[in-house]
Amino acid sequence: MSRQPELVPVSIEVNGTVVDRSVEPRSLLVDFLRDDLGLTGTKVSCELQVCGVCTVLVEGRPVSSCTYLTVDADGLRVTSVEGLSDGKTLHPLQEAFVDCQALQCGFCTPGFLMMSKALLDSTPEVEHEEIVDHLEGNICRCTGYQPIVEAVERVAAQGRVDS
Amino acid sequence: MSEYATVGTSVRRPDLVEKVLGTAQYTVDVSVPGMVHAAVVRSNRAHARIVTIDAEDARTQPDVIGVVTASDLEPLFARFGHVIADHVILATEKVRYFGEPVAIVLAETRGAAHDAAGLVHVSYEDLPSVMTAEQALAEDAPLVHETTYDATGDDSFKNLAGKKADGDSAADDALSNVAHEASLAWGDVDAAFETAHLIVEDTVHYPMLYGYAMEPYNAVASFSDGELVVTSTAQHPYMVRDDLARIFDLPLSRVRVSAPYLGGGYGTKSYTKVEPMAAVASWYCGRPVKLVISIEDSIYTTRVDSAKIHVRSAFDADGIIQAREFDIVMDSGAYADNSPLVLAKAVNRCFGPYRVPHLRVRGRSIYTNTTPASSYRGFGAPQGNLAGETNIDRAAELLGIDAADIRRRNLVQFGEPILRGKRGIDADLPADLELVVASLEKDRTDRPGYGIGFGCSASDAGAYPISTAQVRIQSDGSVIVLSGSTEMGQGSRSALGQIAAEELRVRVDVVSVMQSDTSVTPYERTTGASRTTTLVGLALQRACADAISRVRDMAAEIWECSAEHVVHVDGGVENGDGATMTFGDVVRTWFGGAAGEVTGVGLLRREGVTEEMPPFWETGMVGVAVDVDTETGMVTVDKLVTVADVGFAINPRAVEGQDLGAATQGLGAALYEELVYDGPQLINANVVDYRVPRMTDVPRKLDLILAERRDGVGPYGAKGAGEGQLNPIGGAVASAVARAVGKWPTRLPLTPERVWRLLNDLDETD
Repeated sequence: MSRQPELVPVSIEVNGTVVDRSVEPRSLLVDFLRDDLGLTGTKVSCELQVCGVCTVLVEGRPVSSCTYLTVDADGLRVTSVEGLSDGKTLHPLQEAFVDCQALQCGFCTPGFLMMSKALLDSTPEVEHEEIVDHLEGNICRCTGYQPIVEAVERVAAQGRVDS
Repeated sequence: MSEYATVGTSVRRPDLVEKVLGTAQYTVDVSVPGMVHAAVVRSNRAHARIVTIDAEDARTQPDVIGVVTASDLEPLFARFGHVIADHVILATEKVRYFGEPVAIVLAETRGAAHDAAGLVHVSYEDLPSVMTAEQALAEDAPLVHETTYDATGDDSFKNLAGKKADGDSAADDALSNVAHEASLAWGDVDAAFETAHLIVEDTVHYPMLYGYAMEPYNAVASFSDGELVVTSTAQHPYMVRDDLARIFDLPLSRVRVSAPYLGGGYGTKSYTKVEPMAAVASWYCGRPVKLVISIEDSIYTTRVDSAKIHVRSAFDADGIIQAREFDIVMDSGAYADNSPLVLAKAVNRCFGPYRVPHLRVRGRSIYTNTTPASSYRGFGAPQGNLAGETNIDRAAELLGIDAADIRRRNLVQFGEPILRGKRGIDADLPADLELVVASLEKDRTDRPGYGIGFGCSASDAGAYPISTAQVRIQSDGSVIVLSGSTEMGQGSRSALGQIAAEELRVRVDVVSVMQSDTSVTPYERTTGASRTTTLVGLALQRACADAISRVRDMAAEIWECSAEHVVHVDGGVENGDGATMTFGDVVRTWFGGAAGEVTGVGLLRREGVTEEMPPFWETGMVGVAVDVDTETGMVTVDKLVTVADVGFAINPRAVEGQDLGAATQGLGAALYEELVYDGPQLINANVVDYRVPRMTDVPRKLDLILAERRDGVGPYGAKGAGEGQLNPIGGAVASAVARAVGKWPTRLPLTPERVWRLLNDLDETD
């Protein structure tokens, strides 16, 4: 009955490497990252853009990859949690999250990290209220949030976030 | 200076590093070569006879491998349930709730499976349904189950399986929607009520909740050559293994269940969920099957028992409790799952950690045509606590006694029994209460719309004490710890690593703790009831002692001396002549090469320190201050105080994190969360309409207090933590709001509308 749709070629820079693939038109960015590229650090939960778990950066701006079409990222730069660390040392946000125990199960953490990076990249000396306001769209069920705010505040105070 | 090298400090948790890097593997990240993807066709009726299932259109789609329905499962025992096996894997003859799995579609891609699932045509003939416990208890109510089921559980569950505790066989024969009953009584309640100075009576409602672990239920199963291998989001892999072995009639050794990191548990991943569907699908098609369900479908898999609780308490003029009586009705949904245990715990926990000379509690768990309910953090405690605590607060108000004073007068003292014949309380609750009172008083104001509330609870925790652990000392002296306890964020792997490092006197960074896997890690009954630190911790201490004993014997052989002369020192052993060997030296020398290892085994059962039940009490002691906007009814939490009476905190920061997390989930139930049925289906089975606490909801002031009095049976005096602070939050918030608005609420959550209705003397619901 249904015909297989024609695949669409895309060229996307993911964590600094340009990848060329052909994807179904309905392919979601999160499925492209997780299934096509094996970058399973990005997670999915609500599928409705309200939990923030699947947040990645496209051209430095946070998006919900569970509802973002892969073809819309064609020609753009995508950064996922795997792109935060240089492979040798933790990113200051990662370091602060571990130190402050700003995570427990960790499922929401990639989203919080990417959302926090977007904030600190644009506003390095951010204050408490701005952090809370900016991260309101990310849900965490384990920590009660306070340690997450503390971790981001700590990095903001250090003012040593790389862009 | 601490007497300990490793425990008692907030060490860096190794699992957190993996998690921030995005390299930590969760079940949903698991791929198996050759695997196919499954999608579930679900009922769109609350209660209906299945007339036909037409899967032809689905089967002929490109990439579709097959469609599984109940009729395909006839060679199997196609039901599960650890208390009673009433839960059919796929709806058989009829559906019992909206969202019940009816068929499984298998395809080469997830997209193809979901596309084809929409082409499975199921025709139904509607049956009258029971959507609430009241409807289900009505005379001549339609039956959710037309039969009864035998107990499947072991001894500790068997006493939960029967409907009638006293075995009244004539009554047993009459089928009803009462799934389970539990009761507890002592003293002469009626006489005590006759002579009471004051009787306070309430009926309260605890909402239907969803635990929302952010990783939805999922599993990967491979059935091949009489062997089943499953990776799943299971808190209790060994319990799931037993259910799966029963389905296929396989030896336990031929069923392997492993649980990598869990994206949240909170009790919602206790016991069997989607594993049987993935397993029978793999058995059916002969290939590995991956089944990932959505959050909406997860809501239709397991929810929290809602409850209507009638409470009546008798007091003397000083506010001393004379007698208490509770009648608990839980809406447990279409299948029993773990609700019998939730009910039993609600019965044990509803009357609180108080001296109650005369007590009568009756609990009933009711089948309805709704999503099955099962475990959730707190296990029946939050439901009962709301009733018990607000009832005490109302009594205090009527008697003109302060809310803290009435608790001071009734709380059990250290060592006093709460449940007759059980272990006395191993916590100093009166002291914990004073910590909460002092903290709340410090910031207390008397602005309009401001109110404070207290909550106390004590849970018979730890579950049944059967635990095992192993340590393997490697040829370089590093250590592998094996435990069947699942890491779901609570920090168990890190805590067990600290305990092993402390006992073996090695650095914590040379200790690795493995994920639970029934074919690799030794038996662990459950990862629930806050048991791991205490019970696995004890087993692990024994495993370390066993390993040290073996190393001393080996060293004695090498040194040709008596083992008595070999002494355990940091990282190894020494003898009386000043010679030393590291653990690695001993292993390598004894085996005669750069290889070998020493294994220590630790076993724990119900004897010695864990003879008396429960193994420990988990306490909850909280205070809240709220500001109510009297125009809108909006409640803002000004301050939250928690006291973690944990005996000894292995990783203090982790304990604080668990406490704040549990309290925050409690605030969700108190202020925002409620699943709502409108007709056959939920109107808010998603995270948009089912609102959980967000960052802007964090209380303005937090005071997370640790009370460490070394009074637990666990290692270094530790007791379990992690769910205690959730239990009393609902009652504390309800009482705080009552004092702010001058009227007592009888149901949660206290949404702005409900509070506004209270303020305007309207009914709390339409």
